[in-house]
Amino acid sequence: MGYVAVKGGTAAIENAERFRELRRLAPGVPPPTVAQVRSALHLAVDRVMGEGSLYAPDLAALALKQAAGDPLEAAFILRAYRTTLPRRGATLPIATSGMRIVRRISAAFKEIPGGQVLGPTADYTLRLLDFELDADPQAARERLLRELRAAEAGPLPPELPKVIDLLRREGLLVESRSLRRAPERLVDATREALTFPAPRSARLQALARGETGGLLALAYSNMRGYGSVHPVIGELRVGTVPVRIRRPEDGGEETIGEILVTEAEVIARIGEGEGGARFGLGYGLCFGHNETKAIAMAVLDRALDSEEPSSPSEDEEFVLTHVDGIESMGFCNHYKLPHYVTFQSDLDRLRAIRGGGAAAKGDGRDEA
Amino acid sequence: MTRPEPTPSGTAFPGGWRRALEEGASRYSYAFLDESAKREIRRRILKAIALPGCQVPFGSREMPIARGWGTGGLQLTLALIGPEDVLKVIDQGCDDSVNAVNIKKFVGRVAGVRMTTDTRAATLIQTRHRIPEEKLDSGQVLIFQVPIPEPLRLVEPSERETRRMHAEADYSRMWLYLYEDIVRYGEITVGARYPVMVNGRYLMDPSPIPRWDLPRLHRAENLFLFCAGREKRIYAVPPHTDVEPLSFEDFASRVERFPGRSCSRCGAGDSFLDEVIDDARGLRSWVCSDTAFCEKRRTRNAPPAEAPGGSR
Repeated sequence: MGYVAVKGGTAAIENAERFRELRRLAPGVPPPTVAQVRSALHLAVDRVMGEGSLYAPDLAALALKQAAGDPLEAAFILRAYRTTLPRRGATLPIATSGMRIVRRISAAFKEIPGGQVLGPTADYTLRLLDFELDADPQAARERLLRELRAAEAGPLPPELPKVIDLLRREGLLVESRSLRRAPERLVDATREALTFPAPRSARLQALARGETGGLLALAYSNMRGYGSVHPVIGELRVGTVPVRIRRPEDGGEETIGEILVTEAEVIARIGEGEGGARFGLGYGLCFGHNETKAIAMAVLDRALDSEEPSSPSEDEEFVLTHVDGIESMGFCNHYKLPHYVTFQSDLDRLRAIRGGGAAAKGDGRDEA
Repeated sequence: MTRPEPTPSGTAFPGGWRRALEEGASRYSYAFLDESAKREIRRRILKAIALPGCQVPFGSREMPIARGWGTGGLQLTLALIGPEDVLKVIDQGCDDSVNAVNIKKFVGRVAGVRMTTDTRAATLIQTRHRIPEEKLDSGQVLIFQVPIPEPLRLVEPSERETRRMHAEADYSRMWLYLYEDIVRYGEITVGARYPVMVNGRYLMDPSPIPRWDLPRLHRAENLFLFCAGREKRIYAVPPHTDVEPLSFEDFASRVERFPGRSCSRCGAGDSFLDEVIDDARGLRSWVCSDTAFCEKRRTRNAPPAEAPGGSR
C-alpha cells in the first residue's frame, strides 16, 4: 500500500489502526485495567496529567493504556480531550503553605521549622533490578505497613511554614523581576497566543504544561554552565492542596476537591541591584508527583529572570516556545508526511544552480 | 461558507448536524470546536482579512490530530463549515494522500458535510502545499495548512524581533538574503515557501507551495485563508489583492520549470508535475501533482496513457 496512494488511502489508514491496536493485545496476556495503570504506574499518570494539563487521573491512566505507555502520546490524547471541555470558571488562588504534606525537604538548611519529611522517594534507593518484585504483593504490603507503623513519628502539623519565608523576613530575597513590575492581568496561554515579553502567569503556565524531558534538558544546560543559575533547593514539597471556587450564588467559597502537586522553590544569587547582592527565587509547580519537572521549572523560571540573557535557557522566547511536548512532538513527526512538492521545488533550484545559474542571468523573467 | 438562513423556528442547521450528533459524535459540539472557540476564530479571520498578509495571533486549540499535521487549517475549516458546505481536502495536490483522507474522515464525522474531489464543486478547500490547478471563483475559500507562518524566520529566529520588523515594514534583511543568494549562486535558492509582498505592505509566507502556485494568489477571485495551529497565527489574502513574489528589477523570481515534460497520465504540459522514479527500469516519468485535475482531463480526453509504474 502506497504512502501517498493514487487511490485507497482510507483502507490503508484503517489497517494501520488495526495493526496498532493488535500489538497492544498480545494473546494470553490480559491488558491492565485503568485502575491498575493508575495505581502501579502512578508517576507516569502524574506526568501525563501535567503535560496534558488536565488533572484527571483516571483519564490520564486510560490515555496511557491507550497509548501503550508512550507518555507524549498519552499527554496528547488528554490535551485533545481537554480542549473540548467547557470552561466554567477559575479556581481561587491556592496557598501552598496549607498543603497536606506527603514529602517536604530543604537543601538550604539542616533543620527547618516542622522538620524534613522524606516521604516516598527513590532518592536513596539503590537502583538494582528487583527480580523478586511483586512475588507476593499482599505480603509485601502488610510487611511495609507494619514496619512503617512501628517507626511512626506522630502526625504532621496541618500547616508547615515556608522555608523561603525565613529569608524573605531577613530581606535577603528579591522577588521575581516580573513580580516587581506593575501587576499584570492573568493570561491563559491556552486561550491566547503567547507574546513576548510574556507575563509571568503565561510563563509559569507554559512551563507547567511543558514536557519533562524538554524542561530538564534546558534547565540542565543552565546548571551545567550555559547559564548562571547555581541553584539551591530552598524547599521541595509534594502534597495535596484543596481546590476552591467562589460560589456564584452568594460569593462564598466552596472546596470542590483536592489535587496532588509538586512544588519547588529554588534560590540562586542574583546580581547587584539596589541594596547589593541578594537571592533571587525561581518557582516551579506541576500536577502530581514529578520532582524533576518542578525543580527544572524553578531553575528555568529563575534563569528567565536574568538581567542580560547570555544562553538559550535564559532567553524567554527560546525556552517558552520550545518546551511544549505536544507541539514539538507533532512538528517533529510531521516530517513523516509527504513533502514531494516542496522537494520538487528544491530540486528545481538545486538543478538550476548546478546547471550554472549564471547562465540563466538575464532571462530572469522568462516564465514568471 | 454557504450558510443557510436561520428558519423562523430558530433551526439554523436542518438535518445535517443532528444526524451527525445522533451518529455518535454527541459528546462533542457540531464541527468539534465549541461555539466560543469558533466565534473567536471567525473574529480573527475578519481581522486578518482587514489586514491582508498580516499575521493575527489567536488562541489555537488542541486538535485530535497532531500539531504540524494541519491543526491550523483544520481549525479554520471547522470554524467556517456548515452543513450545506462541500469540502475538498488535498495534500501535495492529492485528494487521496493519507493525511488528506484522515482529515476528511474527521471533518466528515463531526460536521456531516459532503466531500468532493472536484475543485469546482467545493465551497471550502483545505490544502497542504498546493493551490489547485483549476481557477477558483468568488464563492470558494481556499484554506492553507501552514507550518511556519513567519517569512522572516529565514533571517531572524526571534518572534519579538520579526514582529518589530513587520511593524516597521523593515524587510531589508530579506532583500539582502535574496541578493546574496544571487551573488553566491547566480540564482535565488528559495524553493517552496517563497516570500511574497501582499498589498504592498506585509511580507507573507505563502506556506510551502511551489513558486508555480504564486501567480494564482495575485488578484484572485476567491478568498485565501492561512492558519498555523502550532504557531497560533491566522492570515489572509482577500480577493483582488496584489500578491507579488519578492523580485529585483533585473532579476525576477521564477516558477519551477519542467522543460519538455508533460504528464504521463493526462498529457498536460501546463500543470505542476511530480517526478516519479521507477526503480525497476531506472526510468523517470512525470505526473500531475493535482490528481483531481489530472483525472478530469483523463476522463474528458482520449484513452488514458498507462500510469507510471503500473497501478500502485
